[in-house]
Amino acid sequence: MSTPERPTGVIHDIGYQRYEGPRLGRGYAARSLFVHGVRSAYGLGRSPWAKVLPIGLLGATSIAALILVVLNTQLPVEVIDYVGIATTFTYAATVFVAVVAPELVSVDLRSNLLALYLARPLRRADYALAKLAALASATFVLLGGPMLVLFLGMAFSTDNGVAGVFSELGGLLQGLAAAAIHAAVLAAIALPFASLTGRRVFATGMIIGVTLLTAPVSGVVQALGDGASQQLAGLLDPVSLLGGVDRWLFDGGLFDIGPYGPVYGLAALLIVAAGTACTVWRYRKVNS
Amino acid sequence: MPLSGRSHSVCRVALIETDSLEKRYDTVTALADLTVTIEPGVVGLVGVNGAGKSTLIKLALGLLEPTGGRITVLGLDPIADGETVRARVGYMPEHDCLPPDQIAAEFVTHMARVSGLPAARARERASETLRHVGLYEERYRRIGGYSTGMKQRVKLAQALVHDPELLLLDEPTNGLDPEGRRAMLDLVHRIGSEFGISVVVCSHLLGEIERICTSLVAIDAGRLLRSATLSAMTQHSDLLMVETDEDPAGLAELLTGQGLQVRTEKRALMVRMGENPDETYDLIRDGVADLDLSLHRLERHRHQVADLFRDLPTEASHVNA
Repeated sequence: MSTPERPTGVIHDIGYQRYEGPRLGRGYAARSLFVHGVRSAYGLGRSPWAKVLPIGLLGATSIAALILVVLNTQLPVEVIDYVGIATTFTYAATVFVAVVAPELVSVDLRSNLLALYLARPLRRADYALAKLAALASATFVLLGGPMLVLFLGMAFSTDNGVAGVFSELGGLLQGLAAAAIHAAVLAAIALPFASLTGRRVFATGMIIGVTLLTAPVSGVVQALGDGASQQLAGLLDPVSLLGGVDRWLFDGGLFDIGPYGPVYGLAALLIVAAGTACTVWRYRKVNS
Repeated sequence: MPLSGRSHSVCRVALIETDSLEKRYDTVTALADLTVTIEPGVVGLVGVNGAGKSTLIKLALGLLEPTGGRITVLGLDPIADGETVRARVGYMPEHDCLPPDQIAAEFVTHMARVSGLPAARARERASETLRHVGLYEERYRRIGGYSTGMKQRVKLAQALVHDPELLLLDEPTNGLDPEGRRAMLDLVHRIGSEFGISVVVCSHLLGEIERICTSLVAIDAGRLLRSATLSAMTQHSDLLMVETDEDPAGLAELLTGQGLQVRTEKRALMVRMGENPDETYDLIRDGVADLDLSLHRLERHRHQVADLFRDLPTEASHVNA
């Protein structure tokens, strides 16, 4: 009841300062949200537990890349090249988006955070696109990180001097291009699903369901079919689809796609476009 | 003085001005024909739950589009100039809206950046603002571990961090215990008086916010009930309240006989003062003495804010009496 011992009394000593500095607009706001998204994806600024899986995955793929350096330099043939890393680690990247996408959007839905964002210069579409870009970028880092490790290892151990380094650099750039495609496609699949629910578990389940449970289907078609149906079976699940794109563009991938490379490319492009449109559309409906 | 020149120039423009504002959802009318001008200061927006307070706030932020009429905020249209309006306004929603997994200082810094503050200034203002709302070392802890009172302070801090010209607070005392409510209201009062930021504070509890507000706007079922400055509302009326220990019927009769307007209200008499107040006092004194009553209380009646808002029919009868 008595007022004197109320701790709030201390606040009176600090005068309020008005802010006279610059106020950057909507673009800056969207960029801030994007940067925050990439940081959150790796658990930065969040609890230690939030860092375990994303940092763990990045660590694991980087260690795998180190092992590849040893194998590639010791064995007469290159075991896995840069594009091969993108192809091989697609499953890891799938798990990554399944865990991180809900972290980026489901949590906001659940805690009503969108109300605070929309009360700022940001628009609904800005929010959707910033989150999508953040997820794609975080996934790109997951795939690109090990490629960089491989590049550094190979560049330092090359026998051909500068020419060898440049040849490795070419491979790295190809790999990074593949990583960008993988990241964009996986993010465009994962984010719309994650934005449907505020429950992380459901969101993760849906993403895993779509990306991993379709794999056996295309596997069966591939095994039983012949000719065109075999070569097009990869379209049925996202991971094989990306493998097909790797085969078409970079001569990577693990299976034969015949003359249907452009079909795989078009399918990937469609997924990115549809995923982006769905995300933007979804956020036009969410209550603020 | 912490007041800057800017806040003075702002004083010239009405904070929120509506003209026949209407918001209909499919079947429900949330606001109907609302015409009100909200002047700078600490403004209480009162009404029962569902009266349309939150709808008005969302219309002011440009988060909803009116189905009819017009609304301007700081002289701007919140739909056409939404970005400008939202950069200059701070909003604290009624419901829970904080990410439990984030550290408070990080979160408020992030929200400052989304409001357009450069990174370094955002960090600086975030910790400053958190201190102003009364969070010190706790600000480096995760929000999930906070008490309701601390969460409300973080919500307030994120609305205040970019130094808005207008702060919209939707039920800021929601879920707080009496001590927490008082601390929160004191804080809102300080923001209005010391920080020089205009505040519109929503509440369904008139008694709670009337003491910190400079003016009040009451809405009910989406319509304006009344809007006035608080001083006008609580000013002295020309009624004298006479309370005696005994039944005042005899006194009422006597005073009426002497040409005064008298009304009985519960156990008290309300006497209109008329042309000559001193004479009225004398008449009452003499009447009480003549009837040998024991006078319990004799005072100028003050308008109670609650009367003005809750008992409009009674208020009307005052006038008729």
